[in-house]
Amino acid sequence: MILRVLFSRLFAHLDGPLVGLLGLLLLLGSVVVFSASGENPAKVAAHFVNLSVALGAMLLVSHIPPQRLMQFALPAYILGVALLLGVALFGIVVNGSRRWLELGVTRIQPSELMRLAAPMMLAWYLHYKQETMRGRDFAIAGLLLALPVGFIAKQPDLGTSLLITASGFYVLFLGGLSWKVIAGAAALAGSAVPLAWNYLLHDYQRQRVLTLIDPASDPLGAGYHIIQSTIAVGSGGVAGKGWMAGTQTHLDFLPERSTDFIFAVYSEEFGLVGNLFLLLLYAAIIWRGLMLASGAPTLFGRLFSGAIVLTFATYAFVNMGMVSGILPVVGVPLPLISYGGTSMVTVLVGFGIVMSLVTHKKLVKT
Amino acid sequence: MSGLRLINPEVEFLRYRRRLEIAGGVAALLFLILFSRFFWLQVLQYDHYHALAENNRISLVPAPPSRGVIYDRQGEVLAQNFSAYTLEITPSKTDDLETTLNLLSQVVTIDTGDRKRFKRLLAESKNFESIPIRNKLTEEEVARFTVNRYRFPGVEVKARLFRQYPFGEIFSHVVGYIGRIGQRDLDRLEESGQLANYRGSDHIGKLGIESTYESWLHGNTGIEKVETDSSGRAVRLLSRTAPVSGHNLYLHIDAKLQQVAEKVFGDYRGALVALDPRNGGVLAMVSKPGFDPNLFVDGIDSATWRELNDADERPLINRALRGVYPPGSTIKPFMALAGLESGVRKPGDSIADPGYFTLPGSSHRYRDWKKDGHGMVDLKRSIIVSCDTYYYGLAQQMGIERMAGFLGQFGFGKKSGVDLDGELSGLMPTPAWKKRRFKQPWWPGETVIAGIGQGYVLTTPMQLAVATMAIANNGMIYKPQLIRAWTDPVSGQMSQAAPRLVGHIAMKPQHLRLVREAMIEVMLPGGTASAAGANTPYLFAGKTGTAQVVGIRQGEKYDASRLASRHHDHALFIAFAPADDPKIVLAVMVENGGHGGSTAAPVARKVIDYWLLGKLPTAPVAPEAAARNLEEEDSAPLEEATPATTEGVSR
Repeated sequence: MILRVLFSRLFAHLDGPLVGLLGLLLLLGSVVVFSASGENPAKVAAHFVNLSVALGAMLLVSHIPPQRLMQFALPAYILGVALLLGVALFGIVVNGSRRWLELGVTRIQPSELMRLAAPMMLAWYLHYKQETMRGRDFAIAGLLLALPVGFIAKQPDLGTSLLITASGFYVLFLGGLSWKVIAGAAALAGSAVPLAWNYLLHDYQRQRVLTLIDPASDPLGAGYHIIQSTIAVGSGGVAGKGWMAGTQTHLDFLPERSTDFIFAVYSEEFGLVGNLFLLLLYAAIIWRGLMLASGAPTLFGRLFSGAIVLTFATYAFVNMGMVSGILPVVGVPLPLISYGGTSMVTVLVGFGIVMSLVTHKKLVKT
Repeated sequence: MSGLRLINPEVEFLRYRRRLEIAGGVAALLFLILFSRFFWLQVLQYDHYHALAENNRISLVPAPPSRGVIYDRQGEVLAQNFSAYTLEITPSKTDDLETTLNLLSQVVTIDTGDRKRFKRLLAESKNFESIPIRNKLTEEEVARFTVNRYRFPGVEVKARLFRQYPFGEIFSHVVGYIGRIGQRDLDRLEESGQLANYRGSDHIGKLGIESTYESWLHGNTGIEKVETDSSGRAVRLLSRTAPVSGHNLYLHIDAKLQQVAEKVFGDYRGALVALDPRNGGVLAMVSKPGFDPNLFVDGIDSATWRELNDADERPLINRALRGVYPPGSTIKPFMALAGLESGVRKPGDSIADPGYFTLPGSSHRYRDWKKDGHGMVDLKRSIIVSCDTYYYGLAQQMGIERMAGFLGQFGFGKKSGVDLDGELSGLMPTPAWKKRRFKQPWWPGETVIAGIGQGYVLTTPMQLAVATMAIANNGMIYKPQLIRAWTDPVSGQMSQAAPRLVGHIAMKPQHLRLVREAMIEVMLPGGTASAAGANTPYLFAGKTGTAQVVGIRQGEKYDASRLASRHHDHALFIAFAPADDPKIVLAVMVENGGHGGSTAAPVARKVIDYWLLGKLPTAPVAPEAAARNLEEEDSAPLEEATPATTEGVSR
């Protein structure tokens, strides 16, 4: 009896349908990781450890009341920016970009923190200003977003900076950013593309885009990933080659097949049918997430949880688009499928926040 | 966007819902785009990508056949295969070739020769081909490398078949050798549509039997369909078409006879051709000096090659087929038959030999090798004592055209057609040829000296052997053939190479008998090769000859002691035995050997003794025998004869 109460208390802030869908996705992910790792039990075990840690974090976060979360917003943001400044000044260079900060015992990548801290800060700011919201407040929010994005773009880490821009934009968009501003910003961005192409992008970044347009121009270099992953996807056909039977995967033709390119493994082995299932599963999670977000009692909750769910959708789209060859190669894992702890924790903590924001309704005075 | 906005929670919330719906709609649209992309790739373009994936996955690996083995007539192995391990590098799969080589040399021995050969092969091949750095690894080296293998991407141990020639130098020109396939070979293979069959083969016949019978020896390449991973390593075998080995070849050659011939030559340079007159089979073909064909198999290093190619002895030239020499007096039996058959001479016709011949209306003396002449000489005696004066007159009376016509039937001036490449055709001159070649008229004196096998007449040892076969064989000429039989690799059935009759010279039996009797008496006391013919239990027929190397001016005398050995005359000898039932025909040429009777004939005697009696020679011919008893030998005479060249008279 006591146990039952304890259990219901423990899971009180979880949303049954959402957790069920996430569980299904995680299960599918484990199956794919098993194949992609070439039946490597150690890797599968590590995957389960990551998964348990991430689920635990989600459960933990779901218990944090929204008020407490709101209190975190400003300090988390300031800490994030400070760390990014630290990276810019003292960061260590790995693979040609300055992303990591050495902290003696461990090294951290502050841009990961910003994935949640930036939209949280913006949601908090708009919530804080909701009584007197003016156009100026959006401008300030825009600057708050531009600061960390600028740091991250400078590292350079174009993919992450774009994705953080997206999540910040979702907050502003859901917060009621004027269509005129959106249209103006889009026009400005469009006209800035040639400038950015010539002056802002690094050579390797330009190369990635060019490679997307014509992968065959560099079949053994930058084009190799795209060529091989597209072959994997295409050769999967309607029904797929069967679990553990993907030739591109198991004969080592696919690079990074358990991380960023895991979708190619899935696609090769489960075909169009499997892809449709995955798309529907993602869509269901997004739909349920947006449903929950619209039920959040506070503006902060609505904006932040909406942005988290839309960011999740963005990650899924960008990864699948990149693997199937319609988007340039950016280092984005397929959420909740790819092997790797950081991404899994970030995504599930995000969903934990969503559930916390919407299930603490009764306890919050509106 | 100006002024304070009125906050209406209801309106705010509705707007939020609308924006959320828009965002959800956009997400749905993007997912639809993804699905269309998947549909495009996985349904509409499926065939294309399926093919690409299969291409990635499946490699067709050629399975090279094992090359046919070459045997002599007794089943002795002349060329065989053996399996050994090689260490090979695929340059495109290694990061830094130089570092790899240095590290590798700590694991297995790699000497500078290996490195040099590797560099040369590297320059000749494409980057993705695997190139041997070390051949014939020991078991221990294989084990040591296998342990360290992970350190060397792109380096592999492969089991390969190697070619080996157990007799080395002795068969360098006959069996020849195989070498790595070069650009010229590739071009030729492409032309003949054989390129596909050589996928997986590294070597091709370059010389000798290995080259002539390349298409039989090589066999058919099989194909293995294997699944490979991205680094090209075979993961499993899917299907296999077995390679078909090449034909095993059996030659007429007798390795023992060849060894005997090699031995009796001693340090002399020269050539010997032994034929079986009953079918044209080549029993022995010697060209001294030779070279070790095993050097060429794995790619000879350039220093050794230059040494071989530039050596004064010219070991790379097959003298039996490519050495052209004036036949000298060995032409006389054929001239005699020409005289008899044309009716210019009757067997009983005699001349009084004063020791020289003059053309009507000229004071120029064409000298006999014997200063004072041979006295009364009839046809038979003209052969036995090798009387030059007799043949000066005969040639003058016949005329060069008739001579060339008749001698041409014996194969002079024509390739014998033996189954080896590179044979030269020698020269049987005619006025028309001279006009073409030198734009000069034919002088009568040139006919005179052609009568004793000097002047423009040039023959190869092979041609002399073939012509002698016609005398031994009542005018029948078989094409000389090395190949005796071959086995089909599939059925194992043996097929015999049929003798190929290429000519039958119509000659009166009594004329042939007369010439043969004369050639038997050459070997008897009073004949020019009596020393070599002493005490044979079989009937031995032969004819000596001497080919002049340096012209001797009118009035000068050949003095062997005054000439460097390189300017000594070439000794020639043709023979067959037993004369009453010929089983072997020989042509021997000893370069700078002096006189036919003193060096070439003893060589022939020892070879025939072995062939007919099984007698093994105890020692090579003695070089001292060369210059003795000048006056009694059949030496070359007179006149500035064309110096004999070892190689190539162009026509």
